[in-house]
Amino acid sequence: MDKTIYFDNAATTQISSEVLNKMMPYLTEEYFNPSSLYSRAQKVKNAIEEARKNVAEALGADPNEIYFTSGATESNNWAIHSIVEQNKKNGKQCHIITSKIEHPSVLNVFKKLERDGLEVSYLNVDAEGRVSPEELEKTIKSNTVLVSVMYANNEVGTLQPISELGEICRKHNVVFHTDAVQAIGNVKIDVLHQNIDMLSLSGHKFHAPKGVGALYVRKGLKVENLLFGGGQERGKRAGTENVASIVGLGCAIAEATKDIEVKNRHLKELREMLLSGIKKIPKVKYNGSLEHGLTGTLNFSFEGIEGEGILLLLNSYGICCSSGSACTSGSLDPSHVLLAMGLDHGLAQSSVRISLSKYNTSEEVEKFLEVINPIVERLRKMSPVWNEKI
Amino acid sequence: MYSEKVMDHFMNPRNVGEIADADGIGEVGNTVCGDIMKMYLKIENNTIVDVKFKTFGCGAAVATSSMATELIKGKSIEDALKLTNKAVMEALDGLPPQKIHCSVLAEQAVKLALTDYYKKRGIDPEPIVGKIVDCEGCHHGEENS
Repeated sequence: MDKTIYFDNAATTQISSEVLNKMMPYLTEEYFNPSSLYSRAQKVKNAIEEARKNVAEALGADPNEIYFTSGATESNNWAIHSIVEQNKKNGKQCHIITSKIEHPSVLNVFKKLERDGLEVSYLNVDAEGRVSPEELEKTIKSNTVLVSVMYANNEVGTLQPISELGEICRKHNVVFHTDAVQAIGNVKIDVLHQNIDMLSLSGHKFHAPKGVGALYVRKGLKVENLLFGGGQERGKRAGTENVASIVGLGCAIAEATKDIEVKNRHLKELREMLLSGIKKIPKVKYNGSLEHGLTGTLNFSFEGIEGEGILLLLNSYGICCSSGSACTSGSLDPSHVLLAMGLDHGLAQSSVRISLSKYNTSEEVEKFLEVINPIVERLRKMSPVWNEKI
Repeated sequence: MYSEKVMDHFMNPRNVGEIADADGIGEVGNTVCGDIMKMYLKIENNTIVDVKFKTFGCGAAVATSSMATELIKGKSIEDALKLTNKAVMEALDGLPPQKIHCSVLAEQAVKLALTDYYKKRGIDPEPIVGKIVDCEGCHHGEENS
């Protein structure tokens, strides 16, 4: 097989060599428990705090507003449950708001809380996948305690008007949480000025290892204990720290946020190539927002054929992509994101996501464009619903 | 995720296409459930002399259609009616659990094509082919965990 072409960076990314180098000592000679007293252990502790500082700097936050977690699923669960629990303790009948296009690690928490009897509202999105600030403002009620809207969508790359949403939440004194997993290293984030109260992130989306993430909690906002045990993470999230991964996360976030413009310039070139190349194939729909979207995430629906077939054939050329169609994820339902954007089931089933990283090259895009047209033609010839005359 | 046999039938599907003067055509599925199969039969002297298919769907949907056509080609109608989704699955060395419905669709497409064949000849198909529930075994809309 030819060299692998990895166009699935919204799923995960490769660890950068600099990150790995920074991590290695903590997997080998610097094995000491950061909670111990001796100086070798304190050095390890300092490495964690250095990483915390890097995460804080990347977000415009203070280091003591950062908690390390196992990833964004944990951060999202923690943030949402924490706010709900506090308000329940106060005997409040809570109302919470999210969007229809969230990642399952937010959406399924909201659905669970809804089953438990909480009042939940799911914000609509427009055809480009954007939430309307006006709708949010209309949805907020006197008992609304939390709004959770993702920064950038994982399937189509659409960016939400986070600053506007934050401002509305602040005005109504509602906690604003955002799942920023896809945004880190792609857009400039400033939690203070954007009125973000809580933010989740995950290392493996920006060249750190899997299994490490963080939750930002604005100073003054109380956070419930997630894990009871020792005093790690200021007592809120007990358990001996995942030191090497935390160091990797700290290194990766500094790398990712220092070169946002350079990276986006590169990705924009690749995106233009992809857009103009794919435009030559008839009956392809671009899903997302070119104006308000991540430069490296592109989603297309190829009319008349199903996404998984395209992925399997791309795979035979060593090209890794994802599909918005749920077939690949083990469920038969098409993407909830594309359906919320107004696509019919057929188009939602026929989507493919291309997500790029700084490591991708124009040669790789050329190779992709070379094979995608014959793949689409081949599958369309097989399809009972394809009719080019329509 | 897929067996070698499934991948082979997806990458090199047998009997793709249409039959212009088909004696029976069966279409099953819809885009809500994610797969659509259309089966064309040419029948002479009670024998399926030719069969073609077109499928919109995932790798398993294409592979089960392809395998079903292989299993009934050259067979008598009686034998074709005995085709089960289980037989299609076994011939493909198994399918992931969430793809079993694809094999059900393949069985139904064959049966619907035979239903159409009898209808065209003015024969009530139900006593012979049985009743076919569209999208049987397709559990779309169920909560995923």
